[in-house]
Amino acid sequence: MLNLVKVVAQRLALGLLVLFAVSMIIFLGVELLPGDLCQEIQGQGATKETVAACRKELGLDLPPVTRYVSWLGGVVQGDFGVSLANQREISELIGVRLSNTVFLALIAAVISVPLALILGLLAALYRNTIYDRMVNVVTLTSISTPEFFVAYILILFFSVKLGWFPSLSNVSPETEFWERVYRAILPATTLTLVVVAHMMRMTRASIINLLASPYIEMANLKGLPRSHVIVRHALPNAWAPIVNVIVINLAYLIVGVVVVEVVFVYPGLGQLIVDSVQKRDIPVVQACSLIFAATYVLLNLTADILSIVTNPRLLHPR
Amino acid sequence: MSAKKKDKANGEVLLEMHGLRIDGQAEDEWHEIVKGIDIILHRGEVLGLIGESGAGKSTAGLAAMGFARPGCRISGGSIVFDGIDLMSASEEEKRKLRGVRIAYVAQSAAAAFNPAHKLIEQFCETPVEHGKSSKAQAEADAKDLYKRLLLPDPDHIGFRYPHQVSGGQLQRAMTAMALSCRPDLIIFDEPTTALDVTTQIEVLVTIRDIVRQFNAAAIYITHDLAVVAQMADRIMVLRYGELDEQADTEKMMSDPQQDYTKTLWAVRSFQKQPAGAPTDPTPLIKVDHVTAGYGPVNVLHDISFEIHRGQTVGVVGESGSGKSTAARVITGLLPPKQGQVLVNGEALPGDYRKRAKEQLRHAQMIYQMADTAVNPRHRIREIIGRPLSFYLGMKGAKLEKRICELLDMIELEPGEFIDRFPGELSGGQKQRICIARALAAEPKFIICDEVTSALDQIVAEGILKLLDRLQRELDLSYMFITHDLATIRAIADEVIVMLQGRIVEHGPCKEMFTPPHHEYTDLLLSSVPEMDPNWLDGLLKQRQERGVMASTSSS
Repeated sequence: MLNLVKVVAQRLALGLLVLFAVSMIIFLGVELLPGDLCQEIQGQGATKETVAACRKELGLDLPPVTRYVSWLGGVVQGDFGVSLANQREISELIGVRLSNTVFLALIAAVISVPLALILGLLAALYRNTIYDRMVNVVTLTSISTPEFFVAYILILFFSVKLGWFPSLSNVSPETEFWERVYRAILPATTLTLVVVAHMMRMTRASIINLLASPYIEMANLKGLPRSHVIVRHALPNAWAPIVNVIVINLAYLIVGVVVVEVVFVYPGLGQLIVDSVQKRDIPVVQACSLIFAATYVLLNLTADILSIVTNPRLLHPR
Repeated sequence: MSAKKKDKANGEVLLEMHGLRIDGQAEDEWHEIVKGIDIILHRGEVLGLIGESGAGKSTAGLAAMGFARPGCRISGGSIVFDGIDLMSASEEEKRKLRGVRIAYVAQSAAAAFNPAHKLIEQFCETPVEHGKSSKAQAEADAKDLYKRLLLPDPDHIGFRYPHQVSGGQLQRAMTAMALSCRPDLIIFDEPTTALDVTTQIEVLVTIRDIVRQFNAAAIYITHDLAVVAQMADRIMVLRYGELDEQADTEKMMSDPQQDYTKTLWAVRSFQKQPAGAPTDPTPLIKVDHVTAGYGPVNVLHDISFEIHRGQTVGVVGESGSGKSTAARVITGLLPPKQGQVLVNGEALPGDYRKRAKEQLRHAQMIYQMADTAVNPRHRIREIIGRPLSFYLGMKGAKLEKRICELLDMIELEPGEFIDRFPGELSGGQKQRICIARALAAEPKFIICDEVTSALDQIVAEGILKLLDRLQRELDLSYMFITHDLATIRAIADEVIVMLQGRIVEHGPCKEMFTPPHHEYTDLLLSSVPEMDPNWLDGLLKQRQERGVMASTSSS
């Protein structure tokens, strides 16, 4: 148990360091982009004077280091600041978007994780059969296709030709739960097609690896039913590698949705970060990036904890 | 004993296999690995199956359960277990027999127990899944069997995970597991091969007693003749998948008929010519008060010894006694915490990275697992050529010539072997390649770490002879690490006995094998199985009288 606490504490501390580094890199990155918010707002009609006045008002005339430090000071106290573009509280702005993104990721996860596990398990059990090859071909094709392309194909068939699902997934806080699910089906399917191959392949490989081990042979020679051998003897030992892949893909579901959200005009974090980069709205970009980075850190931590919990060697040392 | 045996011979037939043929698959082709053997086993009888690895022992043993490993198939013959034809039985029918009426005890208990579940859970699942008893009854039975198998703390040991108990204890726990449904037949597949001699003896005793208590029949598979002599009523010798000879144990041991069987019996006869007393006053290698270990744990505690030119120093001890760690310190893989290593009186840096190439060249190593010690993607030419170009800067025709010389030296035909990959070689040939690689550096000193332990007796003997010849021709010194006392007796000039990181006895080989011994050396020596079928009984009696057994079985 002590072991576990130590790992968690270590990872959290390292995670904070990662977040700090990420915020610096993002700040630097946006800073290096040509132009700033004031030029973007005023567009063609900008004059030197109006731009300068705007910059002074928003504090953009201060040196980058000063702005970064004052932003960091706010974040440390839990204040993400306000959006430069529309002066709204960032925490409020992001809250709705984040819950939308998480909602979409959850739907995609609920579909893709069990699907990948079952497909992988069956592919391992019936390896080198037609079924195994079919699953491999289909999933590898879907992962090799760019996700926007997958998205457009789905739109073409399911909303244009068949008219089953809407091609735009715009939801608002007032939208009912089932209506939300309905509108999120196509983006969730797109995400599923993108992540399922990776998880499926890993499940298949781990199970095949395990089925060759002496304790599986022993279980068979004890006359245990096949399902018992798989569920009780193979799966518990396959968890560690599978969980790691699942978690990376879950992180991808939250972080990697940018393209899919844009295609389906889904009001999530991905949309927000794209818009904000366009407007050079640094505080919003920073906040979104921190959320993405934190997602990775926390999910990887979860994977490590799960690997320890499912491995008696680590949980109960000699 | 002999009266009992007679009963068995007249007893009811339990298992009958006739003309058993099993195919193995290698590179998409099927070829026969068991070529039509007959095995008949009566109730309560213990049959010993012996032969070298690859002789088809395990494959034939598993066939008694109607089971073929992946990549194998039973292609012909009949298998009838207690009136049930296993060749025509469905998978489901066979599954219901396995674990219940026929049980299996695997070679490596550490690998055959599932690391994710407690011992007792793995015990209980057989009777519970087959509907033989409830979980509570099974648990009570497990504790009872653990007690009968002399496991320490039988009421609680089952609630540990496999990695939390020792190898010998695991092997006994697995025997208990096999007995959970009181099977009529148990297949023991080399159950003590992975154990130290002192542990092996305890497991042998408990297995033999429990098999007798439950009047189960058993097939005992091993490559160790002395072990099978203690365990079996009848012995079958397999060779290349065929039956070579079979007879009752006592007859087989005293009067083997076939030439092959005779060579198996005679194999321990090799004895090197003793080297003369060291002429050079400065030892070639001197390990001086070395303390070393991993992290905060010390594995070696202040050990000192010397190795002289042209001598072989055998290092014996159980696993975990620090033999290999001592080798790692000498080669510089593990810098010592205290003390130093001297070569020709000159102190070497502790870390191999700080040693000069010339210093590295003089100490070479040969490992136990030749399989993992050579790069499977390199041809023999590259494997042997690498040290030649690295240490001696050879290339071109000179390099080629030297590789051929080295191959000649290890008795492999250069033209035939130089362009092969390790995968195309047998275990013994691979070990020879490792020897050639060590020789390529033209060292003065070679560490042999359990180099014969993974090999069959006949092959191992060939390797020992080769090492002996090379020593005389090239004036080499060996540090020969092994847990096998027979090997030590054959090859060593001096012997070091290690126990828990300390040297408990050190002296010329002859003296070591003649009393008086250190208490531990005595235990070690007396635990080595002898060919005499009554050896185990005699030893047990002797130990009981002296009260030694009590201390070993609780360890």
